[in-house]
Amino acid sequence: MLTLEHISFDVQDQGGEKGIIKDLSLTLDDNKFIVITGPNGGGKSTLARLIAGIEKPTAGRICFDGQDITEASITERANMGISFAFQQPVRFKGVQVIDLLRLAAKKNLSTVEACKYLSEVGLCAKDYINREVNASLSGGELKRIEIATVLARGTKLSIFDEPEAGIDLWSFQNLIQVFEKMRNAIHDSSILIISHQERILNIADEIVVISDGTISKQGPREEILPGLLGTSSAVDLCNAYQGGN
Amino acid sequence: MDQIQKTLLEEVADLHGVPEGAYNIRSNGQLAGRNTTANIDIISKEDGTGIDVRIKPGTVHESVHIPVILSESGLNEVVYNDFYIGEGADVVIIAGCGIHNCGNQDSEHDGIHRFYLEKNAKVRYVEKHYGEGDGNGKRILNPVTEVNMAEGSYMEMEMVQIKGVDSTDRKTVMNLEAGAKVVIKERLLTHGNQTAVSEITANLNGEGSGANIISRSVAKDRSFQKFVSRLIGNAPCNGHSECDAIIMGDAKIQAVPEVRADNVDAALIHEAAIGKIAGDQIIKLMTLGMTEEEAEAQIVNGFLK
Repeated sequence: MLTLEHISFDVQDQGGEKGIIKDLSLTLDDNKFIVITGPNGGGKSTLARLIAGIEKPTAGRICFDGQDITEASITERANMGISFAFQQPVRFKGVQVIDLLRLAAKKNLSTVEACKYLSEVGLCAKDYINREVNASLSGGELKRIEIATVLARGTKLSIFDEPEAGIDLWSFQNLIQVFEKMRNAIHDSSILIISHQERILNIADEIVVISDGTISKQGPREEILPGLLGTSSAVDLCNAYQGGN
Repeated sequence: MDQIQKTLLEEVADLHGVPEGAYNIRSNGQLAGRNTTANIDIISKEDGTGIDVRIKPGTVHESVHIPVILSESGLNEVVYNDFYIGEGADVVIIAGCGIHNCGNQDSEHDGIHRFYLEKNAKVRYVEKHYGEGDGNGKRILNPVTEVNMAEGSYMEMEMVQIKGVDSTDRKTVMNLEAGAKVVIKERLLTHGNQTAVSEITANLNGEGSGANIISRSVAKDRSFQKFVSRLIGNAPCNGHSECDAIIMGDAKIQAVPEVRADNVDAALIHEAAIGKIAGDQIIKLMTLGMTEEEAEAQIVNGFLK
C-alpha cells in the first residue's frame, strides 16, 4: 500500500516558486488498478516521479508498505518493489534489448524467458531481442520495450507514465490487451497508470483526476468515469446542437 | 611461459594456450613460438626488425595470431610486421600487445604494421592493447598501421584498448583502390592520467571505394583523448566517420574531423559527439534497482561493447 501525505512539490520559476503539486494526499490500496488522469500540466507525471523517487517532495511524506520512503533513493525504492515506466523511454547505445530485460529481471534470463516478455507487449521477440536500445528503434517500439522491462521486474507497484504517448492508435489497441492482462493478473500488487485513454480508464478499479497540482476527483471507476466522459465542452456542444434542431 | 605472460596472452588474444593455425608469439623482444601452415608463411626479416606474413591467394578460413607481450620493465622496441594477403584470400589476423610493468622504467612497444591486400582479398583484423602492473614505469604503445587495398578488397579492423595503457599515439593510414571497402571500429577507454591519440586517414583513391570509421570512447579521471579522422575522397566514393565519446570526471576529449572531397562524386559524412552520460540513462537503470555507480559502469560497458 502506498500513501502520500500532504505532498507538495515546488520548482523555481522566473516569478519565484511555483507549486506543481499542492498539499496532495492519496492512498493507493493493494490489488488495485488505478488510473490517474487529468489535463496536461496538472502534475500527473511529477506525482509519478515523486513516487519513484526521481524527484523529492518539497513537503510531505510518502509511505510504502508502512515504511517511510520520503528520503529513500530511486535505487532503494526500486529494490523495495516500485517500478516505473518512463513516458519517454531512454535510449542506450550498445545495450541490447536482452541486456535491459536481464538487468530488469535481476537474473540471467534465458532468451526464451526474455522473448516471453517481448511477446507480451506485442513485439516479435526474435526480431528485437538482440537489437540495441538505440535510435534505430522507433518511439513505439521503445515504449513497448519499456513496458516489457517493468513486466520483467514483476514488482509490487508498477507505475506507467502515459503508456499510450507516442504509440499510434492502431498499435495501442493491441497494447490495451497487455494492460487488461496485467489487470487480471494482479496478485498482491498494484498498477498505477497515468493515461487519457478511455479504454485504459475503462479497466480501472479507481480513477484519480489531478488538475492544477491537486486531486479534483477520486473514486471507483463507476462513479468517476461517466462524469469524465460526459462533461466539458463535448456535452455542451452536443446539447447546443440538439437544441438547435 | 610464466603466469604473467599467460595472462597477457589471454587478455590481448583470447588465447588460453597455443593457438590453432599460424602464429607468431613475441615475448620480451624474443620469438617465443611460431607455426606456419601450408598457406600461411611467417618469415623473420633478415635485419631482425620484425616479420613478414605471407598468405597465399585463395586461402580461406584460416587465421594468424601475432601477439606481443612485454613483462620486463624498461623494454623498448620497434617492430616492423608486413602482411601480404593474396588475391581472393579470406583470413582473420589477430594482433595485440600486452604489457606488464611492475618496475620503474618505461616499457614501450611500437608496432609498425603494413598490409598489402591483393584483389578481392578479405581480412578481419583484431588488435587489442592491454596494460597492467603496479610499477611507476609507464606502459606505452605507439602503433602505426598502413593498409594498401587493391581493387575489390575488404578489410574490417577492430582496435580495442580498454585498460592499463598509459600512453598511446596511434596512426592508421589506408589507401583504397576501386571498389575496396574498409570498416574500422575503434574502442577506447582511458583512466587515471593516461593519454591516447588516434589519427585515422582514409585515402579513397578508387571509384566505388568506401570507408566507415566508427570510434567509441570513454575518458575517465584526468585522462586525455584526441581523435582525428580524415576522409579524403579522390574519386567517386563513400566515406563515413563517427566519433562518439563519453566524458567523465576531469577528463578532456578532443575530436578533430576532417573531410576533403577532391572529386564531385565523393560523398563524405562526419559525425562527432562528446558528452557525459545522460542523467536519464542513470535514472532509468536506478529504477531497475542499480546504484548510481553500477548504472554508470553498465552504461560504459554497453557503450564499449
